[in-house]
Amino acid sequence: MGLPAEIIPPLPVVSDPGLDESVKTLTPDQIAAVVNRVIDRETAARFRVYLNTCVHCGLCSDACHWFLSNDRDPRFSPVGKVKQTLWELIKRKGRVSGEFLKECSRIAQTECNVCRRCSMYCPFGIDIAYLLLTVRRICHECGVVPQFMQDTVNSHSVTLNQMWVKQDEWIDTLQWQEEEARGEIVTARIPLDKEGADVFYSVIAPEPKILAQLIGNMAQIMAVARVDWTMPSFDGWDNSNMAMYSGDFETMGRVERAHHEAALRLKVNRIVMGECGHAFRGAVYDGPKWLGWREPPVPVIHAVEFYHELITSGAIKIARKIEEPVTLQEPCNIVRGRGLGQKLREIIDATCADFRPPEPAFEHNYCCGAGGGVINCGPPWKTSRVKGNRVKAEQLAATKAHIVITPCHNCHSGIEDIISGYKLGMHVRFFSEILVQVMEIPEELKAS
Amino acid sequence: MYAFVSGPLVWIAFIVFVGGMIYQLVTMLQNAKKDKVVYPYVSLKHGIRSLFHWVVPFASKNMRMRYEMTIMTFVFHLCLILLPILLTAHVAMFSFAWGVKWLTVSERTADWLTVFTVFALVFFLVRRLMLPEVRFVTSASDYILLAIVAAPFVTGFMAHRQWFDYETMIVLHMISGAVMLMAIPFTRLSHMLFFPFTRIYMGSEFGAVRNAKDW
Repeated sequence: MGLPAEIIPPLPVVSDPGLDESVKTLTPDQIAAVVNRVIDRETAARFRVYLNTCVHCGLCSDACHWFLSNDRDPRFSPVGKVKQTLWELIKRKGRVSGEFLKECSRIAQTECNVCRRCSMYCPFGIDIAYLLLTVRRICHECGVVPQFMQDTVNSHSVTLNQMWVKQDEWIDTLQWQEEEARGEIVTARIPLDKEGADVFYSVIAPEPKILAQLIGNMAQIMAVARVDWTMPSFDGWDNSNMAMYSGDFETMGRVERAHHEAALRLKVNRIVMGECGHAFRGAVYDGPKWLGWREPPVPVIHAVEFYHELITSGAIKIARKIEEPVTLQEPCNIVRGRGLGQKLREIIDATCADFRPPEPAFEHNYCCGAGGGVINCGPPWKTSRVKGNRVKAEQLAATKAHIVITPCHNCHSGIEDIISGYKLGMHVRFFSEILVQVMEIPEELKAS
Repeated sequence: MYAFVSGPLVWIAFIVFVGGMIYQLVTMLQNAKKDKVVYPYVSLKHGIRSLFHWVVPFASKNMRMRYEMTIMTFVFHLCLILLPILLTAHVAMFSFAWGVKWLTVSERTADWLTVFTVFALVFFLVRRLMLPEVRFVTSASDYILLAIVAAPFVTGFMAHRQWFDYETMIVLHMISGAVMLMAIPFTRLSHMLFFPFTRIYMGSEFGAVRNAKDW
C-alpha cells in the first residue's frame, strides 16, 4: 500500500558520524530490548491511545512546515513520520536493523521540530511531537544521536551548561559585560550571587560564549528600570537544555534541577529567562514534568513578559520608535507554548512604528525550522533544514519588513539561515537589541 | 439462520460492544495513572473548551481549511449514529420485543440518509486513494475498516429495497451490523470512545499549562 516506490525519489544522503558509526555495532536484539523497555516502562495511556486512535486521515499534514515546504512530500507529514518510525518499530517488535534506526533518528531528530503545530490540526488532538520524542528517546538509548547534538548533551552532562563554558570564563564574561554596560549607563551592574534579589536572570550558554553583548544589554535595561536582580556565579546559570531534545531525559532532569536550585539557593522571588524558547519549555513544563513537579518551584517568566511588565509599568520609558518596517517570528515555545503572542505585539507596538504582522499568526505561526534541537544537529543537516522551511521564507517575504524580531535564540539562528538561504535581505534582532536602542535613559544615568 | 442472527447474535454483539468499551475505558483510566502527567494536568474547563471547538463544524482552523472534509465527516458521523437509532424498522423491532417506542425518521428520509452515508464512505475511500499524504499512511486495515462500516448500510438499503433475495440480505445486514458493533472497541473505530479523552487532554495541556488555544 502507499505510494509506489518509484515516484518517491530518495532523499539526499547526509553523513553524520553520530549516526553512521553508532549503528555499525548495533544488533536487532539490542535494539529490540531498548524499544520494548522504553515502550513498556516509559509510556502508558497517552502512547497507547494515540496510536490506537489515529485513523490515518492525514489531516495533520497541512500543519507541518516540512511537509508544505517539500512540495507536500508525504514522507514529511507528521503522521508520515510516525508511520516510518513508530509503526514499523512496533510492528516488528523492535527487531530492526541499525540502518533502520538511523532513518528513525534522521526523521525524528532532524526533520521534526516538535513544535506541536500538528496537535492543533489533528481532529483528535494527538500529541504527535510526543510520539516523535519517544522515537528520539529510543535512538538515544541505543546511542544513535547526531554528533553535534550529542556533543551539546555531553557538555550539559559534564558542565551543566551547553557550551563547555568554565566557571572562570563565565564570571570573567559577566565582568567584561558589566564594564561594557557601564560605558553607557553609569549605574549598570551585574550583581553576582545576591541573596534575596527580586529577579534571578538566567541565559543560555551561547550568550557568554558568542553573544556576550546581549548580557550587557540586559545589564543596561536592568539599570534603567532599577530592577533588583542577580546572576549566579555557580552552575545553574544556564537555562538551556538540549538533552530534552536528544532523548537523554536523565541529563535533562539534572540540568533543570540545577537551574531551579540555583534560584532557590539565591532566595529570589522569580526567575526571568532570556530570549529563548526551548529553554523556557524546559524550565516551565518539560523539565518539571520529568522531575515530578506539577509547577516549577520558583515562578518563571520569559523575557517577553518581563519587558512587557517594564514597559507597561513605566519602569522603562520609550524615547523614540524604530521607523523601519518590522515583522515578528513568533517562537513556538512561548506563543503556542505560553500564549505570549499578544504581549509580544504590545511591546512591539510600543517600540516600533511600522509593524507588519505575519500570517499565519499567534498559535498558528510556522516554526523557524531550527527549534526542537534541529539546528543543534549541526552543519551536516543545514541544507535540509533550510529547504524544509520554504513556507517561512514566503511568510517573511510577504510582510516586506526589513527587520525580523525573534525573541528566541533558536529562531534567531534559524531565521538568519532562512534569510540568507532564500536571499530575503532582512535583519534579525532580539527584542533586547530593539529596547536598548529606543529606551529613554535618564540624564543622571548617562555615561558621559 | 435468521433466528440466530436476529436473536443471540444481536445479544452477543451488544455485549461485546458494551463490554469492550468498558474494558477499553477502564484500561485507559488505569494506564493514565502510570502516565504521571495525565491526571495532574487535566483541566476540565480547558479540555471541554477545546472539545467544543472540535465538535462544532468549522470552529477550528483546520476545519475551515478543509471544508469538504468537514461537511462530509460531520454529516457522515451524525448519520452513522442517528440513522440506526431512528430507523422505523429498528424501532419496530424494539417495540415488538419490549414494547418501547421513540421518534423515527420517515422511510424516504432514511433512504436518502443511507445513500449519503455510503456516498461519504466512497468519498473517504477516494480521498485515501487520491491524496498522497493519506495514501502514504494507508494499509489494508484502513480499507477493511471502511468496508466494515459500509456493509450494514449497503445491505440494509438493499434489503429494504428488496433487491436480490430479501431473506439473504437481511441476514447479511444483521451479521454485518454485528461485526461493526463488535469491531468498534477493538479497532481504530475506537476513536468513538477515545476522541473526547485525547482532545480534552490536549486542550488541557494547551489551555491550562501553555495558556494557548488548540483549534
